[in-house]
Amino acid sequence: MEKKNFTVSVYTENNIGLLSRIAAIFQRRHINIESITASRSEVNGVMRFIIVVQVTEEQVKKIVGQIEKQIEVIKAFYHTDKEMIYQETALYKINSAEFVEDLNIQDFIKESNARIVTVTPKFFVIEKTGKRHETDNLYEKLKPYGLMQFVRSGTIAVTKNEMQISNILEQFDTTN
Amino acid sequence: MEVKTASFEKTASPKTTTVSGAEAVIKCLLEEGVDTLYGYPGGAIMPVYDELYKYQKQIHHVLTRHEQAATHAAQGYARVSGKVGVAMATSGPGATNLVTGIADAQIDSTPMVCITGQVGSHLLGSDAFQETDIIGISTPITKWNYQITRAEEIPEVLAKAFFIARSGRPGPVLIDITKDAQFASLDFSYKKCSGIRSYKPIPKIDPNQIEKAAQAINNAKRPMIVFGQGVILGGAEELFKQVVEKSGVPAAWTILGLSALPTDHPLNVGMVGMHGNYGPNVLTNECDVLIAIGMRFDDRVTGNLEKYAKQAKVIHFEIDPAEINKNVYADIPVLGNVNETLRVLLEHLKPNKHEAWHQRFKEHYKIEFDKVIKNDLNAERGKIGMAEVIDEINTCSNGNAVVVSDVGQHQMATCRYTKFNQTRSNVTSGGLGTMGFALPAAIGAKMGAPKRDVVAIIGDGGYQMTIQELGTIFQTKVPVKIVVLNNDFLGMVRQWQQLFFEKRYASTEMINPDFITIAKGYHIKARQVSERANLKDAVKEMMESDEAYFLEVKVEQEENVFPMVPTGASVSDIRLE
Repeated sequence: MEKKNFTVSVYTENNIGLLSRIAAIFQRRHINIESITASRSEVNGVMRFIIVVQVTEEQVKKIVGQIEKQIEVIKAFYHTDKEMIYQETALYKINSAEFVEDLNIQDFIKESNARIVTVTPKFFVIEKTGKRHETDNLYEKLKPYGLMQFVRSGTIAVTKNEMQISNILEQFDTTN
Repeated sequence: MEVKTASFEKTASPKTTTVSGAEAVIKCLLEEGVDTLYGYPGGAIMPVYDELYKYQKQIHHVLTRHEQAATHAAQGYARVSGKVGVAMATSGPGATNLVTGIADAQIDSTPMVCITGQVGSHLLGSDAFQETDIIGISTPITKWNYQITRAEEIPEVLAKAFFIARSGRPGPVLIDITKDAQFASLDFSYKKCSGIRSYKPIPKIDPNQIEKAAQAINNAKRPMIVFGQGVILGGAEELFKQVVEKSGVPAAWTILGLSALPTDHPLNVGMVGMHGNYGPNVLTNECDVLIAIGMRFDDRVTGNLEKYAKQAKVIHFEIDPAEINKNVYADIPVLGNVNETLRVLLEHLKPNKHEAWHQRFKEHYKIEFDKVIKNDLNAERGKIGMAEVIDEINTCSNGNAVVVSDVGQHQMATCRYTKFNQTRSNVTSGGLGTMGFALPAAIGAKMGAPKRDVVAIIGDGGYQMTIQELGTIFQTKVPVKIVVLNNDFLGMVRQWQQLFFEKRYASTEMINPDFITIAKGYHIKARQVSERANLKDAVKEMMESDEAYFLEVKVEQEENVFPMVPTGASVSDIRLE
């Protein structure tokens, strides 16, 4: 089976140590995590992890099974890129002198729908949100001008279909 | 608003008393029905030990000679009694010494709660004396773990620990308690945990799946059952026997399934796997329906997966959804506790005999008997064989003893030849293969089943990994029977060196001490046998002893365990010699 990008979404309780418990499931199987983010979710007190991995569908199914088995994991899913709306955010720090002198840079920013976050006499910070190839594209264009710093977030994603986590949690409230 | 993530049993009016965190720990153990625990004191757990001193009439603390032994003793206790085993240790080295037993309990699904002391919370992360990140270390080998830093967390967290350890697919839980939380006081009231919102211990049963399974079994011409420890953990032994008897399906066991069905039951066809019986291994690749019940298709069971039961429709009865399709694809997965799913299955089964198919198992047994079993049991020349010793024990125990085995050749001999009439009688380290398991596990097993004879069967290698537990046996006077089958070799590794490494015996020869003198040093009755003529009498003397007894049997040095499925081979390519 062919390896491809899968996004694993994990809804969990907000407890210390869960990140390493989940990460260990990948590490033990010698699978590299392409990106990982954790944040609050739409449900009060529930965290959501978004983990991107390149594996076969057979592997991702087993991983999701192992993740879901963890006591404090409420539910885990996996999705292909097509089933998700996903974005990444990148920050580019550029020398102000270059920016002012070279009009090309200003064009790149306009064309790529990037946003200027901060302006100081010494540097500019530009933010670009989009797909990986879009932030990469801007990176390549800005690189010749001396990127002072570059950083990119992990993928954040929501599914096209409903997740129904609240229903799962309500069931617990009514049965207990 | 605080989110409710767990539910607790309602008590009429839970009395509240102010106690220290350390006392709360003991009170929680008592609430959970713990009568025995195994452990070793040290700086960070001293407040709890101080409370144990006060509560020593209600709770029996067994001082093992090493923390690893505390975990194995707790495992032995849990495996025979079905209760949660409890082990306790201090921080740092005390905690890290628990790791092997925790990993063993995790892979063999043994319910266990480990409690470790931790440095004061203000010292966490400062590399304090005897500080170690036991939460980080134990995360991948526990079902759940948690660090308590405030005394008021103790009752709820321990209630959850016991609930998680024993429910669903059981496993080990580690609770780490900082020293300040042990000293601080809290208003104590206890309510048992009854549910955790993110945790479904038992999946919902799908009756359609059971019906499909029943139909496949009813239509099968050559069905075969492989049962594992799930039958025992689910308390489904009687039900399982009825399923086997009604369907007439030959039933083979994994090493941890052993004793769930009496070994002399006419439909019991023996062990599957690397050193299992010839018939069930070969016929795995001839059956038309393979019914896996509470087992997880370990690689030692399946051999080469590409050549494992490819012709068969696979039905998998399993409590843990993550086990479905993990190693072997299940055509009909049946999720749930076998105690419930087999009950429904039984109603749908049609009575059958499968006589011709049973005949195939008998033919294969005959081949194995002539090539292997006959020689194992009735060698007339040379040194004593391992199976002969097991056979003598069978004669004396009549199949009613708890038999605890270590890891290696003697373990295979024990599991292949021991007669078992009762469930929860076979205690061995199956998944992890932990040498040194048996001696401490036997201590726990005897305490968990005090009315039964407990015989530990150990190799000379594994014995020396936890030999210090003779001290625990001496101090507690626990009347375990210890048999060391001494071949002065790490026999299983030596066997592989002989078969696959052209007899290069790298570091497998053991120059052993005088085991009799050592046992006598601990004031344990001891006897050595090297002549076949004395074996019967020595085993009889051991089995009749009311106190702990050590029997060393000098066995054939270069005996090999057969049948054998070499690594990477198909189960049907099992070798008889």
